Amino acid sequence: MRNLKTLILLCLLIPLNTLAQSGGAVHEYRLDNGMKVIVKEDHRSPVLVSQVWYKVGSSYEHDGITGISHVLEHMMFKGTKNHGPNEFSRIIAENGGRENAFTSRDYTAYFQQLEKSRLEVSFKLEADRMRHLLLDPEEFAKEVKVVMEERRMRTEDNPQALTYEQFNAVAYLNSPYRIPVIGWMGDLENLHADDLKRWYGLWYAPNNAVLVVVGDVDPQQVLALAKKHFGPLKPSKLEPLKQRQEIAQVGTRRLTVKAPAELPYLMMGYKVPPRTTNPEEWEPYALEVLAGILDGGSSARFAKHLVRDTQIAAQAGAGYDLDSRDQSLLILDGTPSQGHDIAELEQALRDQVKRVRDDLVSEDELKRVKAQVMAGDVYQLDSVFYQAMKIGSLEAMGLSWRVAENYLERVKAVTAEQVREVARKYLVDDHLTVAVLDPQPIDEERARRMQHGQQEGGNHVR
Amino acid sequence: MYAKTGTTTTKITTRRLALIGAALALVFTATIAAASPKIETWTTANGARVYFVPAPELPIVDVRVVFDGGSAKDDGKDGVAQLTNGLLGEGAGELNADQIAERFEGLGAQFGGDAQRDMAIVSLRSLTEPSLLAPALITLATVLTQPTFPADAFERERTRALVALRSEQESPEDIASKAFFAALYPDHPYGTPPLGTEESVKALTRDDLVNFYQRYYVARNATVAIVGALDRAGAEKIAEQVVGQLPEGKAPAAVPAVPPAAEAKLTRIDYPSGQTHILLGQPGLTRDDSDYFPLYVGNHILGGSGLVSRISDEVREKRGLSYSSYSYFIPMRAAGPFTAGLQTRNDQADQALTVLRDVMQEFIAKGPKEAELTAAKKNITGGFALRLDSNSKIVENLAMIGFYQLPLDYLDTFNKRVEAVTAAQIRDAFQRRIDTQRMVTVIVGGAAKAAP
Repeated sequence: MRNLKTLILLCLLIPLNTLAQSGGAVHEYRLDNGMKVIVKEDHRSPVLVSQVWYKVGSSYEHDGITGISHVLEHMMFKGTKNHGPNEFSRIIAENGGRENAFTSRDYTAYFQQLEKSRLEVSFKLEADRMRHLLLDPEEFAKEVKVVMEERRMRTEDNPQALTYEQFNAVAYLNSPYRIPVIGWMGDLENLHADDLKRWYGLWYAPNNAVLVVVGDVDPQQVLALAKKHFGPLKPSKLEPLKQRQEIAQVGTRRLTVKAPAELPYLMMGYKVPPRTTNPEEWEPYALEVLAGILDGGSSARFAKHLVRDTQIAAQAGAGYDLDSRDQSLLILDGTPSQGHDIAELEQALRDQVKRVRDDLVSEDELKRVKAQVMAGDVYQLDSVFYQAMKIGSLEAMGLSWRVAENYLERVKAVTAEQVREVARKYLVDDHLTVAVLDPQPIDEERARRMQHGQQEGGNHVR
Repeated sequence: MYAKTGTTTTKITTRRLALIGAALALVFTATIAAASPKIETWTTANGARVYFVPAPELPIVDVRVVFDGGSAKDDGKDGVAQLTNGLLGEGAGELNADQIAERFEGLGAQFGGDAQRDMAIVSLRSLTEPSLLAPALITLATVLTQPTFPADAFERERTRALVALRSEQESPEDIASKAFFAALYPDHPYGTPPLGTEESVKALTRDDLVNFYQRYYVARNATVAIVGALDRAGAEKIAEQVVGQLPEGKAPAAVPAVPPAAEAKLTRIDYPSGQTHILLGQPGLTRDDSDYFPLYVGNHILGGSGLVSRISDEVREKRGLSYSSYSYFIPMRAAGPFTAGLQTRNDQADQALTVLRDVMQEFIAKGPKEAELTAAKKNITGGFALRLDSNSKIVENLAMIGFYQLPLDYLDTFNKRVEAVTAAQIRDAFQRRIDTQRMVTVIVGGAAKAAP
């Protein structure tokens, strides 16, 4: 079947036609306890990836317990009634597997990559820790320190990441998207094993989980194994999550972040909607194309105009995340090139925004973006992991994996007028947040020179 | 597809680092075998070696051209290899940078380049549909064989390299890595930074790039790896088209051997960070090293298998001192580095360094336990299929095999050679090759403060 689909895909590449969720067939099941099971076949290699997705992440958290979803993710490896700390990882390793987990705003996911005959090893262990985690206080005390080290490494000692964290906290006033996934340091310090027990009890249940398996597997066998191991788990009564929709932004917000750094850095974020299951909507796809027009490769406007022509930017980017549970941001960012400063860069980015608001993008540009999207849709089939990731993340965000089926078609349908329309509607100053990284001197000798009035580092690149 | 990469907008936080790049490279380059793909190989008329594996399942073609023209060939002009590679797409034949980018991207093709210490790489991914593939290959051939190194693009990219150098200076990890290579390879081409230094980059001229290109981007110095929905005849045509117009030239002399570490060295760099980054190591393995398998399997146990390795167990699982702690070998043309490292809150740096040293000393003195060895072999051989489960992994491995001229049965025999390693061989190899009394130690971080 898959080969036929591949053939169809190949035939349809040139005419502007689509085959959205390309690749092997997708099978969807639901166990009696409410757990969803999704299987996609890919028989190229004798391997599989198994992922368990939970609908919980930092956007489910509130002040005082930020980072708890991610700390819990770490603790999921620290033992159950049946398995000691780290035994999960040892068993997977002995089975030739690779495993890890990740937490985002909207989900927490655990995965194993294995040779195709080892699926049951994964199910047995995942089912065990879905309901029987120990959360031993001593193990917790060590692991939360590891997370603090992770925070230092990822955020506190990384000036651009630090800027992004504070940018988010300003761009969102009441939406939980203001919460950093890794949590504020103070909250991590005050976290207790009991807090995690409560959090685990709230969210870790089969009826709040989605199991995704992609690879060289037989869907019926996967289902049978899932029933055997996950089937006996009791569902929980899930409390509905209170919606905390971001209030309307009524004016530009600006912030400065001072940190030891060599280079200044600029972020500009506009409030934009994510895609939903509404089949009529087109705006998110137009925003996707808009981001591609600005920064979809080396031929896009930022690389061409900001990096190559005017050379105001050493680097400039645009990113829009089509998928999130709530209103998100279209973010422009950049580093000024030598001889240019943040003010010039901001003006240059604003000029680019003005251009997409004022003028229609050219047919050539539109075609290029669509060609990349079409090819990218095929390229991603080269990764079993990515295919599972796409299905799981959509499901965990409360969308259906089927939303992706129409992705190509929706992107291809976007017109130049629609790109201009979303630019005019969403890229407006009142919905903008601007963050500037103001580099502070790194070494002391330079600090002394600064004090003596010799300009260096500062806000302007020399 | 347009989601941002890089740290700034990353919103996913993982339990552990996806092994640092270098370690990852080791994994990909090192381990493959069993039901491995059948490799076809030949030489083009002008002398380029070609390696091909058909992959009929997806309508994709990957082409990876590798030259022995990495920064090890900088020869006093540090940064020239990277800048030369980076300029290929900035002007070629009649095309300027905009046109090159538009041609590739208008076809949905992905063009890329990179220069590491050993290899200079140029790569293309395209759909197989002829109306897309054919023009993408023409542009690739133009970029490879007729780059024009426009003067204005040279000035611009040189300036951007200077900005990139400054960006490294705000990362304690990058600072540590640079200092580590400098201390490990004081009189060897591997010791200089691939990006160059501010002084060396400022001193580069356009002629330096042209000369470097003419010397190293030649057929007899090229390896071409091709994977995709093609037959042998199709792959031959592609190879001919892509590198057929390169002058024959000749392969350069091999990079000199690395002298063994003479004495212990300590580099300490103050940096206003909350964490101290620690790197320990010495020159390690060549790609064709006779100790390769004992050292590879041994390191898997010591610090190469993520959270179940000894280093991670002692540093992270037992003590909570670090998020990422590891060790790895990077096998290279000449002896690549053996590195062990971690990062921890400044006031814990001494403790963490002691733990790291103790774990290494103990392992070198006593070797692995049988149970550890069995577990490591099960992981490496049992996960073999994962190392070749995509076209992009296969093409990377092909290029590696071709570049280092490993035997064509390298993949087929890999698992067998892993299975054959004994605990005694591991202990013996580590004792001969890794000497904790002659380690390079690099410490980058702030003064110890009270815990925040």
